[in-house]
Amino acid sequence: MSPLARKRLGKILLNGAGVAVFIYAIFPVYWMVSTGFKANDQIFTTDFIPFPTHFTFEHFERVLTEGVAGNSIWLYMRNSAIVAIGTVLIGSLVALLSATAIARFRFKGRGTFLIVLLIVQMIPAEALLIPLFLNVKRLGLYDQLLGLIVIQIGLTLPFGIWMLRTFVAAVPKTLEEAAWIDGASRMTTFWKVLFPLVAPGLVATSIFSFITAWNELIFALYLMSGSEGYTMPVALQFFFGQRGTDWGAIMAGSTLMTLPVVVFFLLVQRRMVSGLVAGAVKG
Amino acid sequence: MANTSTIARGGDQSPAPGRRRRSSARPNRASGLPPWAVPYVLLVPGLLVIAGLLLYPLFQLIVMAFQKVGIPQIKGTRPAEWVGWDNFTRIFDNDIFWSSLRNTVLFAVIAVSLSLVVGTAVGVLLHKLGKKMSLLVVVGCMFAWAVPPVAQGVIWRWLFDADAGIINWALNMLPDGLSTALFGRADWTGEPWLNDAFSLYVVLIFCVVWAGFPFIAVSVLAGLKGIPTELYEAARVDGSGAWLTFRKITLPLLKPVFAVLTVLSIIWDFKVFSQLYVLMNGPTNREGFNLSMYAVAEAFKAPPKMGSGAAISVVLTVILLIVTVFYVRQIVKQEEM
Repeated sequence: MSPLARKRLGKILLNGAGVAVFIYAIFPVYWMVSTGFKANDQIFTTDFIPFPTHFTFEHFERVLTEGVAGNSIWLYMRNSAIVAIGTVLIGSLVALLSATAIARFRFKGRGTFLIVLLIVQMIPAEALLIPLFLNVKRLGLYDQLLGLIVIQIGLTLPFGIWMLRTFVAAVPKTLEEAAWIDGASRMTTFWKVLFPLVAPGLVATSIFSFITAWNELIFALYLMSGSEGYTMPVALQFFFGQRGTDWGAIMAGSTLMTLPVVVFFLLVQRRMVSGLVAGAVKG
Repeated sequence: MANTSTIARGGDQSPAPGRRRRSSARPNRASGLPPWAVPYVLLVPGLLVIAGLLLYPLFQLIVMAFQKVGIPQIKGTRPAEWVGWDNFTRIFDNDIFWSSLRNTVLFAVIAVSLSLVVGTAVGVLLHKLGKKMSLLVVVGCMFAWAVPPVAQGVIWRWLFDADAGIINWALNMLPDGLSTALFGRADWTGEPWLNDAFSLYVVLIFCVVWAGFPFIAVSVLAGLKGIPTELYEAARVDGSGAWLTFRKITLPLLKPVFAVLTVLSIIWDFKVFSQLYVLMNGPTNREGFNLSMYAVAEAFKAPPKMGSGAAISVVLTVILLIVTVFYVRQIVKQEEM
């Protein structure tokens, strides 16, 4: 084989492998979405039906209008959104303050704090379920979305601080010093100089916390008692009990739950890169 | 006389520098905080959250592992009863604990190695692909990565469904001879993957590796981009083949990346919960429990045994904290914090 032919063959093999990885990664997601659009005769079959030729919205319609376990799917979506947004709003403010402290100041105990931060990130949330369950009960927050929000803030904060820290550190100190020299107070410097520059990082961190809180199953399952307060991950479990296994409805439901995450995820990837790359002094 | 006056003068002057320092610090600071206090004030909310929602509950967990916590204690009508090591001896006597521990460890070892191998291979591939192709594959990976754990469980439960699952269809499509040679059987119609603990974990491994490899691939790709190309050119000039180059240049240079990825994957796979919960349809199959599922099932069964649940959680946490020590050491080594 001539070197040129070998090179071309190598390229074909390489691209073939790329296509294979692409299919491996995306097929299960595609299978979820396409099952949601298939009529039942194409779902409950031992044959392989790659495309929903009997295309239907019936499952999505049923999920959206009838809901599951006696409640509308919008209620579960709303609960999930409340928990996730509440976590993000409070959590990212706290994370920003802490991240500023460790990225901008050298103080006694800073090293210890960073190590503690790394270690608490690794405490399994599943292990904390039992004590947190009892605390939530004692505080009267059982079966309340507020209880879930408080816990999610705790679970997402260590990583949030860790992630934001690099964004704060990436903002050149000279900008703040310039503002100081011009007579700006510490608060003004923080809000007018640091905050706008850290904003992309804050968005990335917030989206991360949003996704974590949106996806969380175990606390949402055990800290709520009635189906009124359940979030989407818990609601999905009910489809399995209802009328045998209604795969069309499950796939429609999990597609609805996955959609916002995928959108946010694709957003955060870009933001993270741009947040890290975009320099403020270059202009 | 002279002496006393000196002392008097000294005694008079000595507090002055302190006074001067204090008075000079004040007018510069509009917020009225001394500069050394600013970081501590900023840290207060974060410290409160970490202490109140993570460290204190961890302490409570450890205390509860030595107590009997049942319905009266949950209701608050009776204080917790101290039982010493009873919870631990009881769970160590239970076969389910040992099968859970075995499931947890074996699953983590296999899932972590597979994710690392697949992820690294994909990362290297991404590095070699052209720009457009690479972007396509990355976007595909993002989808797998972004699917919520609960939905991952739902998807793989559907793929491995006994009656209408596509995996059984695909296995039936294999030539009978090949299927028999590989698995000792040719007919897969109605194979109930999720009923038996062993095949349940096979499905769980597929699920977790599929969802976990993109993160590793993207991290490895980022690491590869940081390696100067001159090194590879030099290796090529010296006549080194692809595998030798990978082993002698890529692997050693990416060692810190791999160390962090390995530890993170171990930590994630050790406490896998959502996917397992969906695949086995709640804490139903006791042989299929892992440690986190066993702890939760024990704590919330009827009647609840929160003390033994806490003891199991402590075992899980201790194992993870040991792994965490390696992670922290690696991070401290490679990052200037």
